[in-house]
Amino acid sequence: MPIILVVEDSPTMRQLISFAMRRIPGSKVIEATDGVDALKKLSSEKADIILADINMPVMDGLKLVSLVRGNSEFRNIPIIIITTEGAEEDRKKAMAIGANAYIPKPIQTQELVNLVTQQLDRK
Amino acid sequence: MDKEPGILKKADEFLQIFKKGEEFTRNLLKENERLRFRIAELEEAHTQDFNTAKTKHYEDHIRMLKDEIEALQERFRRVETENRDFSQKYVIVEEENNNLANMYVASYQLHSTLDYEEVLKIVLEIIINLIGAKKFSVMLIDKKLEELEPIASEGIDMDNGAGISIGRGVIEKVVMEGESYFSDDPVHTESEDPAKPIVCIPLKIKEHVIGVIAIYSFLNQKTGFTNVDYELFNLLAGHAATAIFSSRLYARSKREFTTIQNFLELMKVKSTQ
Repeated sequence: MPIILVVEDSPTMRQLISFAMRRIPGSKVIEATDGVDALKKLSSEKADIILADINMPVMDGLKLVSLVRGNSEFRNIPIIIITTEGAEEDRKKAMAIGANAYIPKPIQTQELVNLVTQQLDRK
Repeated sequence: MDKEPGILKKADEFLQIFKKGEEFTRNLLKENERLRFRIAELEEAHTQDFNTAKTKHYEDHIRMLKDEIEALQERFRRVETENRDFSQKYVIVEEENNNLANMYVASYQLHSTLDYEEVLKIVLEIIINLIGAKKFSVMLIDKKLEELEPIASEGIDMDNGAGISIGRGVIEKVVMEGESYFSDDPVHTESEDPAKPIVCIPLKIKEHVIGVIAIYSFLNQKTGFTNVDYELFNLLAGHAATAIFSSRLYARSKREFTTIQNFLELMKVKSTQ
């Protein structure tokens, strides 16, 4: 049963992504509102994949990626960045610090479901 | 000597019989040869008949198998076409599902609260995250001033957008006709004039326009409008208007209720003195 951690400060986007992720058979979705909340959730339940926004209060998505990659227990968890920042340099920056994929908003939910399934299969 | 002719005669008779026997045997052998030949002929004919029958049987069988293959190929073609149709339908249904999910989430969020500030935040979230707008303004009609009062915006200084006169171009048309406006310019065009948005959506309660959402630019990654964008614009036109209006009304009535309550408290205190 894959555990999917959705890290997003916008309730609308969080609900939309979670809604799409629940369509992956047997998946369990955990929601977090920012990077700190995500780390808290991770310590109690290890996720199989993380979907994170970049612009969030308290701790942004990029900081979360670097902290996850620096942790021996979580460093292999695939991370997909979902953001309004569509510029190539933003994508490169996120990929350089360890994101596995980068999707600019507005998202195509089917594309996201396919990508998550692909990352989970690879794992 | 008398006996000699008798012996000779008998010998002659014997010779005659022997010759006849020889003749008979030769005929017998000939007949035997002919019959053997005939048997061989008949056997060959029989074999040929059998082979012909067998060949015919095989040919029939081959024909039957060919028909069967053709029928199977036809069935395969039909199933393949059906499969293609199903997969196309599946893609359409999936797209519809995703669109409906977007609609569901957007309308669910819009009506999840009566807090005016929260409603505005949700409207902004929908416009940014689900539609992909970069610069936009949500404005309500101020009938006294005959202006559009910006109540929320993104990427625009609120002061710059303040007090857009209704009687100016695109926005006026949208307010008057209650129909959404989509510019013919490419989606990447950025409008600097507050009165000339790229997209303008009326906020309507039934047929009554209470304001507009004016979009001046979209995120760079937005390449064009999809079906779900138009659905979201429609949804915002109706649901955002109701949500904003009702939350505003609720906030006002709450304020008034508190004022009345405080007034009554004051009256009570005064009457006891």
